[in-house]
Amino acid sequence: MNKVLIVGATSAIAEQCARIWAQRGDALTLTGRDDARLQSIAEDLRARGATTVHTQTFDVTDHAQHANCFEQASTDMQGLDVVLIAHGSLPDQAACEADVAAAMHEIDTNGLSVVSLMSLAANHLAAQSTGTLAVISSVAGDRGRASNYVYGSAKAMVTTFASGMRQRLAKSGVNVVTIKPGFVDTPMTAAIAKGALWAQPDAVARTIVAAIDRGRGEVYVPSFWYLIMFVIRHIPTFIFKRLSL
Amino acid sequence: MKRIHGWGRYPVTQARVDTPLDTAACRAAVTRTPVIARGNGRSYGDSANNADVVALRKMDRFVSFDRDTGVVCVAAGMTIRELIAVTMPAGWFVAVSPGTSFVTIGGAIASDVHGKNHHHEGTFGEHVISMTIMLADGSCVVASASENTDLFHATCGGMGLTGVIVEATLRLKPIASTLIEQTVRKARSLEEICGLFVEHAEAPYSVAWIDCLARGDALGRSVLMLGEHADKGGLEAPSTSQMKMPFATPGALLNRVTMKAFNAAYYARFRDRSQQSVAAMSYFYPLDAIADWNKLYGRAGFVQYQCVVPEQDGVVHLRRMLTKIAASGQGSFLAVLKKFGEANANLLSFPMAGFTLALDFKVSPTAFALINTLDAMLLEAGGRVYLTKDAVMSEATFKTTYPQWQVFETVREKYGAVGHFASDQSRRLGLA
Repeated sequence: MNKVLIVGATSAIAEQCARIWAQRGDALTLTGRDDARLQSIAEDLRARGATTVHTQTFDVTDHAQHANCFEQASTDMQGLDVVLIAHGSLPDQAACEADVAAAMHEIDTNGLSVVSLMSLAANHLAAQSTGTLAVISSVAGDRGRASNYVYGSAKAMVTTFASGMRQRLAKSGVNVVTIKPGFVDTPMTAAIAKGALWAQPDAVARTIVAAIDRGRGEVYVPSFWYLIMFVIRHIPTFIFKRLSL
Repeated sequence: MKRIHGWGRYPVTQARVDTPLDTAACRAAVTRTPVIARGNGRSYGDSANNADVVALRKMDRFVSFDRDTGVVCVAAGMTIRELIAVTMPAGWFVAVSPGTSFVTIGGAIASDVHGKNHHHEGTFGEHVISMTIMLADGSCVVASASENTDLFHATCGGMGLTGVIVEATLRLKPIASTLIEQTVRKARSLEEICGLFVEHAEAPYSVAWIDCLARGDALGRSVLMLGEHADKGGLEAPSTSQMKMPFATPGALLNRVTMKAFNAAYYARFRDRSQQSVAAMSYFYPLDAIADWNKLYGRAGFVQYQCVVPEQDGVVHLRRMLTKIAASGQGSFLAVLKKFGEANANLLSFPMAGFTLALDFKVSPTAFALINTLDAMLLEAGGRVYLTKDAVMSEATFKTTYPQWQVFETVREKYGAVGHFASDQSRRLGLA
């Protein structure tokens, strides 16, 4: 049985991961902003077979709450094996361009809050010399694009931060797993028209859970995004700046 | 706007589809009028087609599951497949299951689906302890066999026309194994297969594949598959892998010659009285192994014709219908015959004591002409067509063969559903 903490557990991808863990009989702690949704998800996970399900209600942009999150989860579950940081928002790029405060808020939600949580989680897991810290970054962090670079730059920070942390913790027995989903059909992307590249959250979750089981480093989900982003990263800048992506 | 259709891929309509994540969002979606609930789009025709649709598929959580009693409460958008993935390893299976696990619980109730055990266990609705229904004004009421009884019996089999089923509590059936002990019986004629159904009435599950292209002496030749839950074999989690249909089959590949060859080969494959243990998933849901098998019938789509004829003179009426189908050469290889038990108290529920026949027709003018002929024969026989499969029935046929439709309308009126919940099918059938 694993003891799993999920930050941002009301996200569609996180909820699907939690269902897989629950069915395995793991213990879970869920955090989110909306207590009613957390309770509804917790009931579902208990019915699916989770050994215990605890919830914590807080907003990730309130960094003062972060330290307590890990202590509380560890006390509630009597240990901590896996931390999945899954929260995020999809900013309105145009609104962020017009309003610096909006951009900074999105950078906090998708980047700074993640850095804070990862730092605390890493110290917690390193102290026990075992565990897995997984974070949901994004293919959007691989290269800044005009349509989405506020979100992309926050995710780039997460990817780079996780890469460094992975090296640091390699000797201590703690795995750091960076997950880079492509387009996933979730409430976060509800407003966008869907095409052939879109994946379903349950399929994405199966890949994420398998990557965490195996302690992989960086994972594109679905895997074809590795090729797409390889191409996008290698387009020369003098061409890239003329593209609309 | 989104292009939507049922499992038969016919007819197609444009719809605004709202996909609520919770009851509050569902309430907002239900204020639009007329509106119809949609589950996983597995009814075949136009019963979930409408310009405004509430898609329940994202409301798919468990509310509770008691592993000791097998009582489970779930949001209506969960599919049977998702439900049994959790309950089967704990030793519980749905008391009644249709031929696909991809239907939602809400859809199974709205269609009052039946399965291979109808002669013992009745329909899906008969195992619903209670359900929560969102009415036209957005309020939620609980209905059961003892509370708001009229609404309960109108909603089980009511094709979503009373309101939106948002949650249901079900009584599951205990199983000791995920295996089914299957026994095969072969029948050389229609009389023989109907006799075999009577002979094996005690078998918990029974269903026959029927060769609807065989003529003359071989008319009605069938393979009866009997089943019962095994005692041994363990409770492994069911396998859920699927093959994919990459594209719609070119229509020309489905013709009289290929289908006849397929049917002959299929019939020859089985040995009478052979027995084997098979996985429950493949016994109950053979076609679920192929994702999108509905593309088999090509781009135009297909209509599944499922009817029931009363037991009295049932064989005579079936013989007439099968003769007509075989002569037309339009029958498919996916044809099924089954003997039903008694009808229930649900107002628009399909099953009645007798024989039910289901087969697919590729959409074409000649197929529609054949269906009209079959409908006329069915009227004479005192039978009816399953609303969940229907895409073409006339208002007159519906109102003759579902005599409780006026009671159904009275209940809808009482709960404010008239004019508010409607589908392309309900308009075609002349429901208000």
